[in-house]
Amino acid sequence: MNKDAPIYGLLAEFAEPEALLEAVRRARAAGYRRMDAYTPFPVEHLAEELGFHHTALPVIVLIGGLIGCGGGLLLQYWISAVDYPLNIGGRPLNSWPAFIPVTFELTILVAALSAVLGMLGLNGLPMPYHSLFNSPRFALASRNRFFLCIEASDRQFNREATAKFLSELKPAGVSEVAE
Amino acid sequence: MSQEIIGPGYTYASVTDKISSIVLSRKMTLGWLFGFGVAFMLVMLLLYSITYLFLEGIGIWGVNVPVGWGFAIINFVWWIGIGHAGTLISAILLLLKQEWRTSINRFAEAMTLFAVACAGLFPLLHLGRPWFAYWLIPYPSTMGIWPQFRSPLVWDVFAVSTYGTVSLLFWFVGLIPDLATLRDRSSSRIGRVVYGILAMGWRGSAIHWHRYDTAYLLLAGLATPLVVSVHTVVSFDFAISILPGWHTTIFPPYFVAGAIYSGFAMVMVLAIPIRAVYGLQDFITMRHLQNMAKVMLATGLIVAYGYLMETFMSWYSAERYDRFMTVNRVLGPYGPVYWALILMNIIVPQALWFKRVRTNVLLLFLVAIAVNIGMWLERFVIVVTSLHRDFLPSSWSMYYPTFWDWSTFIGTIGLFVALLFLFIRFLPMISIFEMRTLVPKSEGD
Repeated sequence: MNKDAPIYGLLAEFAEPEALLEAVRRARAAGYRRMDAYTPFPVEHLAEELGFHHTALPVIVLIGGLIGCGGGLLLQYWISAVDYPLNIGGRPLNSWPAFIPVTFELTILVAALSAVLGMLGLNGLPMPYHSLFNSPRFALASRNRFFLCIEASDRQFNREATAKFLSELKPAGVSEVAE
Repeated sequence: MSQEIIGPGYTYASVTDKISSIVLSRKMTLGWLFGFGVAFMLVMLLLYSITYLFLEGIGIWGVNVPVGWGFAIINFVWWIGIGHAGTLISAILLLLKQEWRTSINRFAEAMTLFAVACAGLFPLLHLGRPWFAYWLIPYPSTMGIWPQFRSPLVWDVFAVSTYGTVSLLFWFVGLIPDLATLRDRSSSRIGRVVYGILAMGWRGSAIHWHRYDTAYLLLAGLATPLVVSVHTVVSFDFAISILPGWHTTIFPPYFVAGAIYSGFAMVMVLAIPIRAVYGLQDFITMRHLQNMAKVMLATGLIVAYGYLMETFMSWYSAERYDRFMTVNRVLGPYGPVYWALILMNIIVPQALWFKRVRTNVLLLFLVAIAVNIGMWLERFVIVVTSLHRDFLPSSWSMYYPTFWDWSTFIGTIGLFVALLFLFIRFLPMISIFEMRTLVPKSEGD
């Protein structure tokens, strides 16, 4: 790689999740903030160590569920009692107990859609291109390796000093990621 | 060893390689081609039957007055019930932190999806004028009419379509990290592009995993009441009517139990040959098969209780039509079907009390087949025996399935099997990333 070309960040590779957790802890303590860890399966407490505690996802799902519930009930009421009233066995037009099954299904449907679309949206997926894919080692993040990437946009980032810092964390290797 | 949920000596890398190699590097075998070929021919039979149905109408089936609901509804209920085990394994066992679900949840979910696809066909085919199926969906039409929301058949539309959609979402979300694995490990350009598009740029970021876990857990929490509601709504199709044999409050719980029962039997029928053919005995261990056998035994007993209560209530109600229906169901012209159902669904599965049966793969397979047949017979008995003796003896009649009834049913089995063959060939049938989390349990031996 050209030594002056801009880079996305520095990538340290670990063989075990515990080593990665420790590295993240030390990088946080050293003052690095713009970094992320990449693992082949969810590692407990890793997101918290990176300073990420709460996700808005449950609220999004709750709002989705409420929209599905209210919208479903209102739709059936409006259709059955206002726009197209039908006398079915002498029941009241707004026979709401009969509307519960559909209301329930629509609650689940909209909540589930908001869970999936919300998760993808918050994660910024789909993302066809990402600088990390430039690293030949990074393919192992979906197999058996655990990565820590300190991004060049971090205020404390320095190509040499950060590389030295990372190699002190006893990684299996440190490499630069092209922009 | 038989108590383990993963064999000894696996690492993150070897778990990944073993499962992904089934998709990526295994040559297409003659066995796969043969199996897929047979299933594909049955799909052609299904398409042929549907074409003839569209040309001639549902008169080609055995349905008539008074048995207006024949194979189409029997098969619909049977298929949708089979789907329920997939959701149960993936959602309820996840919430209960049953780690043994990990290696079977992926293909159980695929099974759900394909079973719902087969189930969804039947009500549409039964419409008579299937090209107007979209009238079931509320949309502002120029005719100014709307669906009738007090009808359980309209509830069914919402229940089944929601179930299909949520099952698809659940399955796809579970696949995303594994699709990324396939993208990174595929050696062909087509594989990298296709899996890459499907993986949507998944990188395994810790923060993404955090949201991913939250979304997955929420989906499981949503799918759990959903799966119970779906078969409840299906049972409402019967229970809301005033027909003796259908009009009973025990239907919802016993339909749900029966659905889980038949679903686990189907997972067993699929898992036993798959683990043998693909050498996955270390991932789908005897512990898995035993646990599934126990679930089958428990739900089978609930179903038996349902049969018992149905019979008891028709006597206890002192309602003459109800009593006649029960006697006719047991001793009438369809009596042998009823007894075959009792044999397959109640008597044969009692063998699962014995550990020797639960640890014998062949016997398990045979019991699971019997349960699947039994559950189909159950729906036959419910639908046909309740209808064929109408209130007026002058309208009594028998129902006999025609060739087209059978060809459509067998055709959907072909569709189901063909989709499974494609799934096993092109997608990881075991969740790779969840198996990696079990790797620490694999050490020490």
